[in-house]
Amino acid sequence: MKITRKEFLCIAGLAAAGAGAAKAVQTIGGADPAAPQASGAAKRWGMVIDFQKCRADRDCDDCLNACRAAHNVPDIPEREREVKWVWKERYEKVFPFQQTDYTRRAFEGHVLPILCNQCANPACVRVCPTAATWKREDGIVMMDWHRCIGCRYCMAACPYGSRSFNWSDPRPHIGKLTSEFPTRTKGVVEKCNFCEERLANGRVPACVEACRRKAIVFGDLNDEKSTVRQLLRARYSIQRTPELGTGPSVFYLI
Amino acid sequence: MFMLEKAMIGSRRYWGWLAFLLVLIALGGVCYLRQLRYGLIVTGLSRDVTWGLYIAQFTFFVGVAASAVMVVLPYYLHDVRQFQKITILGELLAVSSVTMCMLFILVDMGQPARVLNVLRYPTLHSLMFWDMVSLGGYLALNAVISVVMLSAERNGVPAPRWIKPVAILSIPWAVSIHTVTAFLYSGLPGRTFWLTAILAPRFLASAFASGPALLILLCLLLRRLTSFDAGQEAIRKLGVIVAYAMSISVFFVLLELFTVFYSRIPEEMEHFRFLFVGLEGQRHLVPWMWSSVAAASVALVLLLVPRLRERDTVLAAASVLVFVSLWIEKGLGLIVGGFVPSPLGSVTRYSPTAPEWTIVLGVWAIGALMITVFYKITVSVREVR
Repeated sequence: MKITRKEFLCIAGLAAAGAGAAKAVQTIGGADPAAPQASGAAKRWGMVIDFQKCRADRDCDDCLNACRAAHNVPDIPEREREVKWVWKERYEKVFPFQQTDYTRRAFEGHVLPILCNQCANPACVRVCPTAATWKREDGIVMMDWHRCIGCRYCMAACPYGSRSFNWSDPRPHIGKLTSEFPTRTKGVVEKCNFCEERLANGRVPACVEACRRKAIVFGDLNDEKSTVRQLLRARYSIQRTPELGTGPSVFYLI
Repeated sequence: MFMLEKAMIGSRRYWGWLAFLLVLIALGGVCYLRQLRYGLIVTGLSRDVTWGLYIAQFTFFVGVAASAVMVVLPYYLHDVRQFQKITILGELLAVSSVTMCMLFILVDMGQPARVLNVLRYPTLHSLMFWDMVSLGGYLALNAVISVVMLSAERNGVPAPRWIKPVAILSIPWAVSIHTVTAFLYSGLPGRTFWLTAILAPRFLASAFASGPALLILLCLLLRRLTSFDAGQEAIRKLGVIVAYAMSISVFFVLLELFTVFYSRIPEEMEHFRFLFVGLEGQRHLVPWMWSSVAAASVALVLLLVPRLRERDTVLAAASVLVFVSLWIEKGLGLIVGGFVPSPLGSVTRYSPTAPEWTIVLGVWAIGALMITVFYKITVSVREVR
């Protein structure tokens, strides 16, 4: 078969246009055939934090330290510019709309760990202009630190203050560097990733493992027999500002 | 090219002004290099107040850009002949303002080198993507219209017929840029200060006051410094537009205040408290906000009494007051006020640093430089004819 130069160029052009159109349709449709499949069918990772157990030991920082060490989280001296994945916050700040004057008094000074809620309907993912943050099928809200342009729109959108920005190079502030996890650069946003790197190897998150009172329980919210589901059946649990419709995957037993 | 040669001939005063602006731009550039090297730590921004002066300036100047519609619409749709001479000034002001907006976004980026990721990975559910599309389109529209109109004027020929539909397209487009910009804020679940449907109308009203106010000042300046006279009628008409828009803008703010303070929902009230009386001892924005209120009140009196408004000096003073008042309201209060208190109830102080101000000054100087050169070309074209 003989193809003239003109025909060849024509076919090549059409092919390129076709590929471009397919890409556009894919983007608009939001379907991403290359998205990694979560191991097992339709899991939704969730966490249950037992406030009763946790507040028994107010000075314990085990979960925070474990997370810090596992993820090269820097120790920024300036409080206003800290990078936080999981941290302790005062009870009344965590649940501002779910208390009375009396609970406020009763629990004054109590703190509990908070982290990214890995929302079912994450506002941060909705606003990100580059899809540098996205939700996996197992519910984990991920961050691509190489794609993030540092516009901080996700931080404005997150109603939980769970996202941190690297105002400067974080590396000089990392206590003990681990080679198991990447460090980040200045100018990008980061947050808790539910230890997806450990889950991939069949391990529970670092904070769960570190908690000596077993106050943090992790598991599949879609599995009725999982420990998290059993706890959520047996005890009264609350989420952080669920009225916003974000659908947090982190629950607190009060 | 683009009649730039006309900007190359000017008086000493003209060149002195350009040199002054170039010095400011250079200073801003030096500070920006510092920011590139050390990161946004050189600014006063923090975990809780993640956007500040840069994004606030962006928001304010989107308004100034959109306000070109206030001369384009009467001229093209209602055939208001008085605006014939100044329509081009409005469009050129839009070109400069949109450029400033884009620069303000750029300097706010943590990773500016990656900014084109917005186009490489178009994310249709992000309002920021749409903002980029609408701003880019608006810039292109106004650039094309200005160049075509000015070329026709220089060559002494009527403008091509196709330019009218393009100019008319720029009218809804102008509304869209400020609506999309308001949507950036008004769709965020945890930010009650912005979570209000009146944000977009508020943005438009304040834009249609601040933009024409600036245009009045520029016209008066052109009349004093050059042979170009926009015409008394055109300037008066602009004054009427500012009077209406400013009244509507203030009215919209009052509507907001009623809903918030009559319902007495604490988290709604706290943002306004922070701005106007201070919260947890943080009162640094209070004097600014009250200055804005005072400026707006005086401006309204000057604008609403026709006898006062018709005097050039009074109109100039009122325009300055409107511009300053809305610059504070939108360019300072609206963004910072949305972040404080944070969703966790923290009250964080935000004060822009010297490098941050210098970078802002640099971008302003770029805008002023563009305006100067554009208006110089326009005036030169008209002087020859």
